[in-house]
Amino acid sequence: MSMKASTRQVDGVTIVDLSGRITLGEGSVVLRDTVKDLLGKGQKKILLNLGDVSYIDSSGIGELVSAFTSVRNQGGELKLLHLTKKVHDLLQITKLYTVFDVKDDEAAAIGAFSK
Amino acid sequence: MTAPQRVSYRLESTLESVNKAEEMTDQIASQAGFDEDTRGGIAMAVREGMINAVLHGNAYDPAKRVNLTFETGKELIVTIADEGKGFVPEEVPDPLAPENLLKESGRGIFLMRTFMDEVRFRKLNSGTEITLIKRLQNNDLGRQEAST
Repeated sequence: MSMKASTRQVDGVTIVDLSGRITLGEGSVVLRDTVKDLLGKGQKKILLNLGDVSYIDSSGIGELVSAFTSVRNQGGELKLLHLTKKVHDLLQITKLYTVFDVKDDEAAAIGAFSK
Repeated sequence: MTAPQRVSYRLESTLESVNKAEEMTDQIASQAGFDEDTRGGIAMAVREGMINAVLHGNAYDPAKRVNLTFETGKELIVTIADEGKGFVPEEVPDPLAPENLLKESGRGIFLMRTFMDEVRFRKLNSGTEITLIKRLQNNDLGRQEAST
């Protein structure tokens, strides 16, 4: 049920590899703390890899939105990578798919960040 | 076809109850004959209903409980009743309106309505009762008969 987040740096972009469920409770907190920590360190180009995220509920969607606006408000960029079908469908249904910058290829996603 | 069944639970106002309800829903919806995709949607609707009850209704109050009931037959009827102060669903802003898209909350009721055929709210003396209904389609009924 829990969620794991690990970070790595590629060409000035911080990639956050998330796995598990982003739901009310632990999953949402892990995402929130990770993004807060990165912003605190001045890392404002963030790529959330959701390839191993099996499930997101309304609280998790709220956390993604919060991460997106926090990063943007600090002059940074947040993009999403490798959505599973479930997560993709959920973002479509909630009309957030076009709000987020969603990518399928990691190298292309990194290249899409402003230099 | 399986005989109509009804089962009720009285749950604590905790996150564990939300997770437990979601798991039970998947099992019950499977036994009722719903396919995997539909089950996922029903389980999400129940999860959102439980979050509504535990978080917004009972506010994690250990003295308050959530009553969860499943009825299966030609349709699955799930009722979730909390003991909170109640709310007016019509007053919840439309989460798809452009000005609300970037709000962090307010999508639970919308998701329930997305995945269920019918969603009803009823004010109780103390609290709110949410009724979630999903009807079996003809191919689901075939699956139900095949599993019995």
